[in-house]
Amino acid sequence: MGILRLGGASRRAASRWGVLRVLALGLVVGAAAGMAVAEAAQPATTAAQDGFVPMGDIPPEDQMPAAPLVAAAYAAVWAIAVGYLWTIWQRLGTVEAELADVARRVGDRDGA
Amino acid sequence: MTPMNRRLFPVLAGLSAFFLMTAPIVIIRAPYESTMGLVQKIFYFHFPAWMAMFLAVFVLGIASVQYLFRGKAAADRLAVAAAELAVVFGLMGLITGPLWGIKAWGVWWQWDARLTMAVILELILVAYLLLRQYGGAGSDRLAAGVGIFAMANVPFLYVSTEIWRTVHPRTSVVPTLPVDFGLPLWWSFAGFIVLCMALLAARAKLEEQRAALDRLYLALEED
Repeated sequence: MGILRLGGASRRAASRWGVLRVLALGLVVGAAAGMAVAEAAQPATTAAQDGFVPMGDIPPEDQMPAAPLVAAAYAAVWAIAVGYLWTIWQRLGTVEAELADVARRVGDRDGA
Repeated sequence: MTPMNRRLFPVLAGLSAFFLMTAPIVIIRAPYESTMGLVQKIFYFHFPAWMAMFLAVFVLGIASVQYLFRGKAAADRLAVAAAELAVVFGLMGLITGPLWGIKAWGVWWQWDARLTMAVILELILVAYLLLRQYGGAGSDRLAAGVGIFAMANVPFLYVSTEIWRTVHPRTSVVPTLPVDFGLPLWWSFAGFIVLCMALLAARAKLEEQRAALDRLYLALEED
């Protein structure tokens, strides 16, 4: 009844709001269903989860496949750290050059 | 950059370089883990990367509180620097994790609570940076709220493996590590934390120089 008293623009706004609410509800239900499916599909694993236990040596078949992964992980970390440091220096150089230029212009103006 | 920061950066950078360049030697000498073998050695960079990210997120959150409630401009500049660093260290964690997971679990990625929350935290931090870059006037205060929200996520992310048990190792792994595993981990951890502090000092300097540039442009436009 409340909607019947509204003008045309208000009715359209109320209708849009209703559609948005339905969409939001659908999104929440979909996300919950997706997470439930994902949780149900946990892979079986023998990897330690409660504590790490040392051993003397690794089986030969385990050595080659893991080595590139370890190397890639370490290389990625180094590349990201060095790359990020490089971007800081680049940006700092640009800002400091601009800073010097503007400081010179302010100095010239004050001197004139 | 304050005079203290100017002296601090070379010391921190040197220390982090020492720890991180010697870390592979310490890590190679560590024993293999019985169920995962060689690939478990990714752990020595993976875990410290996340801890460095958490440190950066806490700096972001505390600096955001300082800016929101006390209006300290220096805290706002520190928050921006810390947010960017948190994204960088989070990226390291998100890359090294799947490289470990494909061997240990047989899958690159698993949408369990820990991994999903880690991605969400990374996205919140990216949202913070986008807000600062494109949000326009007033976005600094709104971004500070996002920064506090990001900090509030960290404890939940940390305990998520205890609440929702999946394939990810529990948080109890680290405190119960045998000494042979613990030494390389804490060695690497020290390197990452000091690296985080060094990068924070350098990135904060960039924000300070930008603020100085803004002040100069304002002075130029006043006349």
